[in-house]
Amino acid sequence: MLSQQILNGITLGATYALIALGYTMVYGIIQLINFAHGEIYMVGAFVGVFMITVFQQGLVVSLAAAMLACVIMGVTIERFAYRPLRRSTRLAPLISAIGLSIFLQTLMTKIKGPQPIPFPHVMEDALYKLGPIEISKVQIIILVVASLLMAGLHFIVKYVKIGKAMRAASEDYDTSALMGINVNRVISFTFAIGSSLAAAGGVLVGLYFNSVSPFMGVTAGLKAFCAAVLGGIGSIPGAMLGGLFIGVAETLGIAGGFDTYKDAIAFTLLIIVLLFRPTGLLGRPIQKKV
Amino acid sequence: MLEINDIHVSYGAIRALKGVSCQVDQGEIVALIGANGAGKTTTLRTISGLIRPYTGTISYKGQDIIKLPPHQIVNLGLSQVPEGRRVFTRMTVLENLEMGAYSRNDKANIKLDIKKVFERFPRLEERKGQLSGTLSGGEQQMLAMGRALMSRPTLLLLDEPSMGLAPMLVQEIFSIIQEINQSGTTILLVEQNAHMALSIANRAYVLETGEVVLSGAAQDLANDPQVQKAYLGE
Ligand SMILES: Nc1ncnc2c1ncn2[C@@H]1O[C@H](COP(=O)(O)OP(=O)(O)OP(=O)(O)O)[C@@H](O)[C@H]1O
Ligand SMILES: [Mg+2]
Repeated sequence: MLSQQILNGITLGATYALIALGYTMVYGIIQLINFAHGEIYMVGAFVGVFMITVFQQGLVVSLAAAMLACVIMGVTIERFAYRPLRRSTRLAPLISAIGLSIFLQTLMTKIKGPQPIPFPHVMEDALYKLGPIEISKVQIIILVVASLLMAGLHFIVKYVKIGKAMRAASEDYDTSALMGINVNRVISFTFAIGSSLAAAGGVLVGLYFNSVSPFMGVTAGLKAFCAAVLGGIGSIPGAMLGGLFIGVAETLGIAGGFDTYKDAIAFTLLIIVLLFRPTGLLGRPIQKKV
Repeated sequence: MLEINDIHVSYGAIRALKGVSCQVDQGEIVALIGANGAGKTTTLRTISGLIRPYTGTISYKGQDIIKLPPHQIVNLGLSQVPEGRRVFTRMTVLENLEMGAYSRNDKANIKLDIKKVFERFPRLEERKGQLSGTLSGGEQQMLAMGRALMSRPTLLLLDEPSMGLAPMLVQEIFSIIQEINQSGTTILLVEQNAHMALSIANRAYVLETGEVVLSGAAQDLANDPQVQKAYLGE
């Protein structure tokens, strides 16, 4: 059932893509691999669980709350953990990011314990037949939500003033500032968008696999990072494509009997792609900034 | 309009400006000339707020601007065409112009001003949907100037607008600078092409290793034997 596996792969890939977008956007604007991004995704999933169990909210409200919480978290992290280090060596913010990642995992373990917890039951799942393939209600939700968010992102970056400013700032800070762009505000906005997408990914993955854990951001984060690099770090369509690519490859790999190696598939794929295209599928040729 | 008083700027151990003072009055074209590494670009970047001097004052329309971030300085009507054009290469011509108007919110007037830029630079209109990185050097210079005009500046800083352009195009750019000035924008022009700069400027300053060594009416400087020898190649 190839088409069935591809559909499952696309669903998984859509969640990787949501996370990968944050890596690529942040890298595009401040050339930092935000190693705490996987933890933002994890916190998003927990906020979703919290909204459903404690506040008895439905999926839509919980999703929105998780996104909002992670916007605040992402912007705060940038402001206090990265911005003060912007003029230091490139390694400093990277170390800060790794530290934050460990801190957030530990904090969540302290609050919730190290064991995975089940995602609360928000609705009856159902299976629909589409010719030879079956699609579940959860899969439909994931695909619809992910598509809407990515379409929204595309719209912002392409047509909205602040989105255009993001593109300008990712090319040239100084010249952007000369245009009257408040570059710090644009960087905050980038973190806000990236974090909200990761939070949505966290809630959707929790729903899909029916489980959340303080360590869920580690593997998912690494794979999404692979997706971003594979697509061409800094490229928004690249991150979407990379996410889908890895999701499909992983699902096909498992179906093909490589389930023991499932977490290695993304990395193997990354190595192969980079051998042939060092800047990723949609990456720009390397050029020096003036 | 713009008064710079004794500014000192260093890049680490390199002292780039050692007490530069100069002044630009409303309606003027003032030229700032000097050899490579004299500190011309540093002066302009300091005025725009991209570099903080460690001492000295800069006032614009009577307001002290030395502590303001660059995006606020643009809002005061002071914009810059940076050295090397620095267009946003991955954005279209039209988007570059929109970025120039970033501090404004009057959509209708922005549209009108884009039209005006296209009237001044018809070649840009033909290429408005094209990525700016694919424009020729001359077209990029026009775009950089058009973009700077989009903020409706009262004072425009130009850093080597003739750099790397063919003589014909240099002529064209300089006559456009004069037009911009005649329509009411004050201009501070940095140039290596001292000949051209002195021919359109009212006054000029000569910068040498971070210090102003000569200043006066452009005409007088053009006739000064020292200047002729060092900068006009005569
Ligand atoms: N970012 C920097 N870091 C270190 N030194 C710098 C930097 N920018 C400029 N300098 C130094 O400061 C001095 C003045 O440079 P500046 O760019 O202002 O000169 P300029 O007059 O614009 O020269 P040119 O005509 O070549 O553009 C030079 O000695 C230069 O090497
Ligand atoms: Mg210069």
